[in-house]
Amino acid sequence: MNKTFTKIFAIFWKDMLTELRTKEIIVSVLVFALLVLVVFGFTFGAGLEITEMVAPGILWVALTFGGVIGLNRIFAVEKENSRLEGLMLCPVDRAVIYWGKLAGSFTFMLAVAFVITPIFLALFNLPVFLPRLALIIILATLGFAAVGTLFSALAVNTRARDIMLPVLFLPVVVPVIVSAVKATGPVLAGGPWGDMLTWLQILIAFDIIYLVAATLVFEFVVEE
Amino acid sequence: MNKDIPASSTRAIEARGLEKSFGEHRALRGIDLKVNQNESLVIFGPNGAGKTTLLKIMSTLVKPSAGSVWLDGIDIRDKSVQIRHKISLVSHQTFLYDNLTVFENLKFYGKMYDVADLEQRIREVIAWVQLESRLHDRVGTLSRGLQQRASIARAVLHNPSILFLDEPDVGLDPHASVMVRDILGSINSGSRTVVMTTHNLERGLELGDSIVILDRGKIVYQSPRNAISEANFRQIYDRYTETGR
Repeated sequence: MNKTFTKIFAIFWKDMLTELRTKEIIVSVLVFALLVLVVFGFTFGAGLEITEMVAPGILWVALTFGGVIGLNRIFAVEKENSRLEGLMLCPVDRAVIYWGKLAGSFTFMLAVAFVITPIFLALFNLPVFLPRLALIIILATLGFAAVGTLFSALAVNTRARDIMLPVLFLPVVVPVIVSAVKATGPVLAGGPWGDMLTWLQILIAFDIIYLVAATLVFEFVVEE
Repeated sequence: MNKDIPASSTRAIEARGLEKSFGEHRALRGIDLKVNQNESLVIFGPNGAGKTTLLKIMSTLVKPSAGSVWLDGIDIRDKSVQIRHKISLVSHQTFLYDNLTVFENLKFYGKMYDVADLEQRIREVIAWVQLESRLHDRVGTLSRGLQQRASIARAVLHNPSILFLDEPDVGLDPHASVMVRDILGSINSGSRTVVMTTHNLERGLELGDSIVILDRGKIVYQSPRNAISEANFRQIYDRYTETGR
């Protein structure tokens, strides 16, 4: 078990180190998500009524579409120089590769979310410290990363991978997006826990389903 | 059902009835191959003959459409994770990460292979490929020849008993090619089994204990190295491959 975690961590650390040096994923996702926020911020303004209506959607549009850009790179780096073959030659279950890559994509997306969200809250005149929103972001990001990592591996072998990933990914993560938006609404409006609880439970359920399903099918996605 | 071959066999690699199709294209058409322990086999063949596909199947990267491969008597379909501890592949692609240093790359792969006393082992293999002075340089800053030496270090880090070499000198300048050939020559010192594919007839003959010519997915010629003279091998190759038709 320890050896498995060591290998998952080795893949994660390798991806972190690469990203810290290139900043390819973080910068592109961050710039895109910021642009979305700024455009919507100027379009809708910061009135209370508008905020309650559209703000949750704006946040999750920015994070979801920004995330797609980042997810495209998760396996693209392994495709270059046939590094994926190097990984596949390693004496590990394919699921170890999936979890290592998942840890990386989850961390990248979460880092972006925790930079973007305070900007979004400030832009819409909302309180910046919202621990419940942090919980929603963590759960939704896990769902995105679970599906996105799998489809990133699938799309990387296709010619039109930049188009293929959103086409595959977005329909499947609709339940996560909807749950995240619905759970965010009451948090931004200062509503009670009860208003978001059902949506949190749905998020947790989808996270578990996606993680289990992706772990099981990953082998078939990467095997030639 | 236990599909393993008895362990008493001195055979490192055995392939039976190996076939591989990609859609309509049949890349391999019934390959039977045997390589003894610590022997080196060189596979020659023109582009598209199926050399790389054969190596990818034997190294567990690609599943065959039909047939079986046993490495050290173990069926690779059943125990592929166990098999991967024993094998390695050097290709013209290095599998290394450009933005990591040579040391970081080797440390990463060493952890993936559970290499004991990793830092000491890295120092050993790096000294062997003569890359000590570039150990902490990023791979992307190295020349193609140096990258290939780092790739060889990666491949032998876990001391595999079977080494697959897929045209390892492709894209190297003559000096780098000689350097890599010397290193590969010292790999093949009788302590591990080596299977190499190449277009280069002269270099292939230098490294091989036995020779196979593959054409259109079939083995068309097979011989021990010492039964062939360097002078007539070109004629044999041309006769048995498309070049000669």
